[in-house]
Amino acid sequence: MTSSDAPPSSPKTAAQSYDAIVIGAGHNGLAAAAKLGRSGRRVLVLEAANAPGGAMRGREFAPGFRSAGLAHLVNRLDPEVARDLGIALAATPGPAMPTAVLDGEREPAVLRGAYGETIDGVTADEAAAFSRLRDKLTFQAGILKRFLRRAPPQLGAIGIGDISTLMAAGFGVIRKGRAEGRDFLRMLLMNVADVADEYLEDDRLKGLLAFDATLGIHLGPRSPTSLLGLYYRLTGEADGKAGGQFIPQGGMAAVAPAFLKAAETAGVTIRCGARVGRILADRGKAGGVVLADGSELSAPVVVSAIHPQATFLQLVDAAETGTGFLRAIRHVRSAGNVAKLDLALSRMPSFAGLSGRDHAGRIVIARSMTHVENAFNPAKYGEFSPDPVMEIVLPSLADSTLAPDGACTLSALVQYAPYKLKAGWETGKPAFLRIVIDILERHAPGLSDTILAAELSTPADIEAEYNLPGGHWHHGELQADQLLVNRPTGAASGYATPIEGLYLASAGAHPGGGISGLAGWNAARHILAGDRR
Amino acid sequence: MNALTKPANAAEARRAARDHIATPRLETPFHPRLSALDAVNDWYNWAGCKAPHALFDEELEYFAIRSTAALFDISPMVKYRIDGPDAERYLNRLTLRDVRKLGVGRVHYTAWCDDDGHVLDDGTLFRLGDQDFRLCCQERHLPWLLDSAFGLAVDIREETEEIAGVALQGPTSYAVLAKAGFSGAERLKPFDIGSFAHDGGTVTVSRTGFTGDLGYELFVPRQAALPLWDRLWTAGADHGIRAIGYAALNRTRIEAGFIVANADFVTAEAALRADRVRLPDEIGLDWLVDPDKPNFNGRRAILDARRNQTLKHVLVGLEIEGNIPAEHAFVYHRGKREAGLVTAAIWSPTAKRNVAIASLDRPYGTRFVDDLWVEIYAMRELKYQKMMKRAKIVPRPFVKLARRTATPPGLR
Repeated sequence: MTSSDAPPSSPKTAAQSYDAIVIGAGHNGLAAAAKLGRSGRRVLVLEAANAPGGAMRGREFAPGFRSAGLAHLVNRLDPEVARDLGIALAATPGPAMPTAVLDGEREPAVLRGAYGETIDGVTADEAAAFSRLRDKLTFQAGILKRFLRRAPPQLGAIGIGDISTLMAAGFGVIRKGRAEGRDFLRMLLMNVADVADEYLEDDRLKGLLAFDATLGIHLGPRSPTSLLGLYYRLTGEADGKAGGQFIPQGGMAAVAPAFLKAAETAGVTIRCGARVGRILADRGKAGGVVLADGSELSAPVVVSAIHPQATFLQLVDAAETGTGFLRAIRHVRSAGNVAKLDLALSRMPSFAGLSGRDHAGRIVIARSMTHVENAFNPAKYGEFSPDPVMEIVLPSLADSTLAPDGACTLSALVQYAPYKLKAGWETGKPAFLRIVIDILERHAPGLSDTILAAELSTPADIEAEYNLPGGHWHHGELQADQLLVNRPTGAASGYATPIEGLYLASAGAHPGGGISGLAGWNAARHILAGDRR
Repeated sequence: MNALTKPANAAEARRAARDHIATPRLETPFHPRLSALDAVNDWYNWAGCKAPHALFDEELEYFAIRSTAALFDISPMVKYRIDGPDAERYLNRLTLRDVRKLGVGRVHYTAWCDDDGHVLDDGTLFRLGDQDFRLCCQERHLPWLLDSAFGLAVDIREETEEIAGVALQGPTSYAVLAKAGFSGAERLKPFDIGSFAHDGGTVTVSRTGFTGDLGYELFVPRQAALPLWDRLWTAGADHGIRAIGYAALNRTRIEAGFIVANADFVTAEAALRADRVRLPDEIGLDWLVDPDKPNFNGRRAILDARRNQTLKHVLVGLEIEGNIPAEHAFVYHRGKREAGLVTAAIWSPTAKRNVAIASLDRPYGTRFVDDLWVEIYAMRELKYQKMMKRAKIVPRPFVKLARRTATPPGLR
């Protein structure tokens, strides 16, 4: 060997080239970056907005009042992701965050523990029936859960890991006996209404299941396969318990910094206000990005932690992908149905029948299964619900910095508010806001007089604010046809895409949305596995 | 974006849509001349049009192509007009060859694939202007072409019915053009396009064809079709011009070694069975694939298949002993192991050889190229006579004519 055999020094300046570039500093982008950074790679995260956090980017929505972003509680942060990346987000010690279901007539039904381990306000028989259903659904969700932490099997290239997961799932199905296994296969694609009717009598509990199964999904509780949404909810856990939920110490505003810290600790560079204009690709191979300001950054690995449609319809040259692939990406259904309401209140509201302590929990307004179904009906025809259902949290109770002393913030996820509103959101928004506030007033008399400011983000607003096509927080409908090997579409379902070196890592990839960190973490592990797969 | 014009009102649209049943077979712009010359009433359906299988005698029509001049109506051929600032980039993404290398006023043969690299069709691409192209092919592809245009500034419209086309093929074809007053046609080299005055408008003439002979293809707006036909017919009177049907043309295309979509291979969109689709390399179109040009549909799949050696088929030319055409015959290795199928076969009067195009299952045709046989079933008065004939892989074309490429072309 002579000295001339030494590898030539890289012709590119180090400042412009990285081992990996991650687009989007949402929690999935940061999780992917942190995982990649920990392997010693030089990783750069590019964020278009002026601050990291993505949909958890906080903002001041009225003088002195802040909102922590789209999400107002954590119910599916993956413990393995949190442990691996050192994300320390834990609930305030004490009882688990409850869920109160209000119907405006009876006292609230309050689910305590993880997804109603005990329930106040219902009969003992009903609580026992709920417990049986909860156990069954949790068991079944547990079978599906094992698929969340790994890339979906790639048809035509099923590996040993895929087979072991499938076998484990198969074993899971029969673990409790043949009858339980058969029941799982019976229920898997059912609608949540029929399942709830089999077990429950109480309309409030049925309303809650209907709400949780359909939140963020364009389905009503009686739509086929609507149970999948509830399974997805129950694959999430808090404090090791399926179906749990919490607001971390420091409030939701602590979530984005926790992911940010994980990335920074891993040596990742994060640049905000750096909008990507184009992903560079040549003959099917990614090579970096060009920023909106024209500067070019190179990397053999580009991880897109933004919506798959934003990735392929806006950033990648159409000619660099196949016609069939782009057709499939364009057909990804991603029209959001949820509006986010932020209210600035001069004092804490009081929901009728609800103890002061339970105001710190999750409050769901859903009278019955039929209420949720009726709320969905107009959404099918491009109209918002005249009698919507919603989930309410009072964020300033957990994080007093969000509102001035004595004042309070209220956050609500309201559905159904279809992205493509026939009348247009310009006229629709004030009308819908009035309806939502009327409902709040009915359940918390006096609330409307305390409103200092109200901001309603329709799916159209969410789309604009977070560059989220359709304003859909799952980055694409979470329905049977857009799951697993079809998320977001067959040829890009394993984080890798038809463009070599370009990976997807957002909620639009497997397993889907919610603050789990799994899409980003899985994508990074897939990249790191490389040829060892 | 497409050729469908918007009707004035719904009722009118319904009536217009209903009336199509009155003409289950469309007549081409040249139909009045073809039907006047027709002696055998032997029509078939070509892409929804009435087209002659033969007009008077298949054998004599064949010899018109090879000995004098033949007029063949190609109006039913599907034609798309593609123009706009991104037209070149669009076609480069759509098709296998590098369109940047296709000069204005030139034609090239090409093919296009789906994302999996399976061939959707083959055809000819005419570069009429810097941003103006015409794509001619066998099957219809408008949805695919429109979807491929997403994100690109390009306009695509089908002009099959608006544009009449006629192929003038054979050794005296240039003489006919010269006599008809197409001065300057002598300068057209193979795959060149020229524009000539005709009847107050223009006729686009390309030195192309499907016969492997000297020949031209002429395109005019539909209303100029009959005067063009008459102009050629009159000029060709002393040059043995004949109108021909597809049967004769098919013989010459086999001699020239050309393949026909959904005859020699099944197009990806037409295939019902998963294993019937074909990669370019599996139907002899590997030479069209240009890995150095910008990305195109199917690129990754084709290159992967080459690298991983997962190509399953190969298209070969065969020469078969005897003189019985082996159409759709089984091909065997060592006379017993099935190795493929003959997709087209004729006794070639020009080559004086029994030739065939066959699709073989690799490694037959690649590693095992000797000891091939075809099993011909010849129906002889309600009894099959089975013949096992020796076959030899030979290069295509089976017939190579110097006059096809000679420029200036000969007058006889």
